[in-house]
Amino acid sequence: MSETPLLEFRGVGIDYVTHRGVVPAVRGVDLTVDAGETLGLAGESGCGKSTLALSVLRLLPATAKVSGQVLLDGADVRELNWGQLRAVRWAGASVVFQGAMHALNPVQRISDQIAEPILIHGGRPAGGVSARVSELLDRVGLPKGRSRAYPHELSGGQRQRVMIAMALACEPRLIIADEPTTALDVMVQAQVLDLLAELVAEARVGLMMISHDLSVLARTCQRLAVMYAGRIVEHGPAAQVVRAPVHPYSAALAGAFPTIGDVASRLAPRGLPGDPPDPADLPSGCPFHPRCPKMRDECTEVDVALRVAGPDRDAACVLVDAPGVSR
Amino acid sequence: MTDTANPPTAAMGGRRAITWRRRWAAARQVWRTFARSRSGLVGLGILVLIVVLALLAPVLSDAAQLDVTQATGARMAAPSGQDWLGTDESGRSVLVLLWWGSRISLLVGFAAAALCVGIGTVVGLLAAHFGRWVAAILLRVTDFFLVLPSLVLAVALSAALHAGTGTVILAIGLTSWPVTARLVRAQTLTVETRPYIERARALGGGHWHVVLRHVLPAVLPLVLANTTLNVANAIIAESTLAFLGVGDLSSTSWGEMLHAAWTNGAVTAGAWWYLLPPGLAIVVVVLAFTLCGRALESVLTPALRGGGRR
Amino acid sequence: MTDALASAEGGLDALTGQGSRGSSGTLRFVAVKLGGAVISLVLVIVLGFFLFRVLPGDPVTTMTRGQPVGARQLAQLRTQLGLDKPLIVQFGQYLWGVLHGDFGTSFTYSQPVWTLVRQALWPTVLLVGTSTILAAALGLWLGSRSAWRRESTMDRTTTGVALTLWSVPQFWLGLILLMVFGVGVGPIPGIFPVQGMVSVDTPSGFFPQALDIAHHMVLPCITLIAAFYAQYLLVMRSSLLEEMHADYLNTARAKGLTDDQVRRRHAVPNALLPTVTLIFLNLGLVVNGAVTVETVFSWPGLGLLLYRALGVPDLPLLQGTFITLAGAVVVMNLIAELLYRVLDPRVRTS
Repeated sequence: MSETPLLEFRGVGIDYVTHRGVVPAVRGVDLTVDAGETLGLAGESGCGKSTLALSVLRLLPATAKVSGQVLLDGADVRELNWGQLRAVRWAGASVVFQGAMHALNPVQRISDQIAEPILIHGGRPAGGVSARVSELLDRVGLPKGRSRAYPHELSGGQRQRVMIAMALACEPRLIIADEPTTALDVMVQAQVLDLLAELVAEARVGLMMISHDLSVLARTCQRLAVMYAGRIVEHGPAAQVVRAPVHPYSAALAGAFPTIGDVASRLAPRGLPGDPPDPADLPSGCPFHPRCPKMRDECTEVDVALRVAGPDRDAACVLVDAPGVSR
Repeated sequence: MTDTANPPTAAMGGRRAITWRRRWAAARQVWRTFARSRSGLVGLGILVLIVVLALLAPVLSDAAQLDVTQATGARMAAPSGQDWLGTDESGRSVLVLLWWGSRISLLVGFAAAALCVGIGTVVGLLAAHFGRWVAAILLRVTDFFLVLPSLVLAVALSAALHAGTGTVILAIGLTSWPVTARLVRAQTLTVETRPYIERARALGGGHWHVVLRHVLPAVLPLVLANTTLNVANAIIAESTLAFLGVGDLSSTSWGEMLHAAWTNGAVTAGAWWYLLPPGLAIVVVVLAFTLCGRALESVLTPALRGGGRR
Repeated sequence: MTDALASAEGGLDALTGQGSRGSSGTLRFVAVKLGGAVISLVLVIVLGFFLFRVLPGDPVTTMTRGQPVGARQLAQLRTQLGLDKPLIVQFGQYLWGVLHGDFGTSFTYSQPVWTLVRQALWPTVLLVGTSTILAAALGLWLGSRSAWRRESTMDRTTTGVALTLWSVPQFWLGLILLMVFGVGVGPIPGIFPVQGMVSVDTPSGFFPQALDIAHHMVLPCITLIAAFYAQYLLVMRSSLLEEMHADYLNTARAKGLTDDQVRRRHAVPNALLPTVTLIFLNLGLVVNGAVTVETVFSWPGLGLLLYRALGVPDLPLLQGTFITLAGAVVVMNLIAELLYRVLDPRVRTS
């Protein structure tokens, strides 16, 4: 742990400047991903997880204002000039976007799209670019004959495989997977997840995976961070967070998806009442309190920071009565 | 729509009043959004000014000034204190011709646009409402007229029929409707998938009832925006036909002025005062209509407004 | 008629709306389009007959309007044109003639219409072709830059100028250019020829002739370009604006492409297909422009032929030019629709 982490967020806040005023999407997030480590980022849509992830490569629209530090290999991406930033993009960290149908250029052959970052970043792979493309396609399990296909000629799972092959093209040290399996059906979802986990482990690449589905993250990631209303509310080893969540929100999220093999969870799926809060108009105190099944009186006033909730675990909830050590 | 407007019809009570109140509120909303577009407002201002001037021509000036036999000025004289815009080949004031010409140009523009939008709306509604072979035939015909060089067709029509302002209006209207028809059809198809149309049908509404009472009101705003653009087209078309010599030579329009200027050697004589004003007038009016139409269109198609998603 | 921007979009609609979702394959698509074009051509021919034989009532009276012609000459003319026969026989003869490239004899030139049309064809193709290519290049380039920097000063200026030029009647712009740069006004000398395609005193030989034609073509070309680049610009701009928020552009940015590369390699190719096909679809409008501009500059093409025939009116010649122009546009549209199928991979395989 002494070496520089691969990716580190230090007090990151991201505001969107809209005509309605300044809307905070991410509020004071500290998070690290070490080399070769897999981190899952969970939360409902609108909680700021995608915004946080896209800030790593500065892919946010111009209306987003980032504060704090986003350190990739120790260098703050916010201070890079355009040339340096372009060099970091894809070669330092690549992205598997959600909805590969739209994330791939519809009028370009997939082989060209995979080859593009290799050529851009001046890669001279042994055996030439096309050999490298075939190798990548082979690794994600796409038949060779499909390399000259257009995106619409592939199935959803195949397209997502293309995205993964593309993400691996420049051998980055970090891959950000933004809801990589959302649009896929369950069988294909499992295949793609296993493939991603396998490739990541094989190449010792750091992975930051984003999903609203805790079971997906538990399957692939070593550590888990749960986000609510722009903040991390729970953080710890994946298996523990899913099996024994501390924060009521994590518990609700874990309960929203039935655990395979657990009959009880299937018979009594617990959802979460209400909608996530409007980031422009957050409730007072703990932003989760209006939906919290275990709400106490002080929750409407006290907004709790992350507290140590066990070995290598933190949670932001008054219920965590660890000896008052807050970070 | 947060604030409810209080239209004069509110007192009527009953369902009709509610309908009218809603329409009134919607119209106010459209106007408010339209007023936000500066270019649209400028266009509208220019149009109002020109239309008023054209209407007032008989009141403020004497039609006798158009009479060739009573012309006082010299032949194609440059602008002077007496004739601010110079004179034409018969010694008439270009300014007076320009003023009176606006009447025919605008008349033809509005009338031809009305004809064109009328045909287009009927064809578009029918093609969308009745499927299968009615639509197939109507679409085939629409596509045919859409690609045909409309000017050539209009020229042919005017040559075949006897000359006159009515012929020009007919020729323009009959050749420019396909765009409107396609637009109306597309919009009707969208409208007809809405639940309230299905409800109207389920409640036993016949074709006429559904089309006239439910579909048409929903399509009308778009038709209106399209009409402004069509007037602009028709004015240009009128001037082009007049220039080619198939218009009504006895009436004065901006196109006829340019035709006369050209055939009487204004170009070689360098009589810019005769050539520039009618052309500029056309440009200004057409631009004003185009600006209005575009502003209306962007009001009515919210997708074009704002910066998109995100 | 200078149909406005709406027609451009309407045309686009016509193109993408139909046939694109046919799962039954390319053959069916080609057959349908080919069938449509054949029907259109038949309609053009029927319309030609109707417009110039039926609608004028007695064509001979129309043609000889205002001329001292005796009754015997009229009767002779009627026989010559076959007007003394029943309408259905006339139509049969007409159809037979058209199918064999016989459009009758011009009343004013006393020459076969087809000969006149053939002579006028290539000047028109030269003029219209050159200006279409230049206008499209200019419009697409400006349009893509404009959309990319939406709401910038450059965008506002470009769109404003385009909209203004769009509102200008082509013939008037031609007249003004002719007056300023052909005849010369005040201190500006006339540096371009005022009419025709070649001067009589130009030495023979390829280069002097080509240079002279180019010299004659400058003003008509500028007029046509000014009138037409606007719609390419506006359509390119709006179709690129639709792509602006596409996810694949974000992917391209994440890959480390420069802003320029994202535009050129990803955004423009996606926006280009509909626009390029539009160029073909708009040939009808280009033909309209050619008629007026050729008239103004006395460019010896089909437009001028039509204008001259109109003045008489020379009905057989009008008929011939009408059928040729309309037929050419129908054929061009067929090519455009087939081309679209070939160019867009999304349509090709669906």
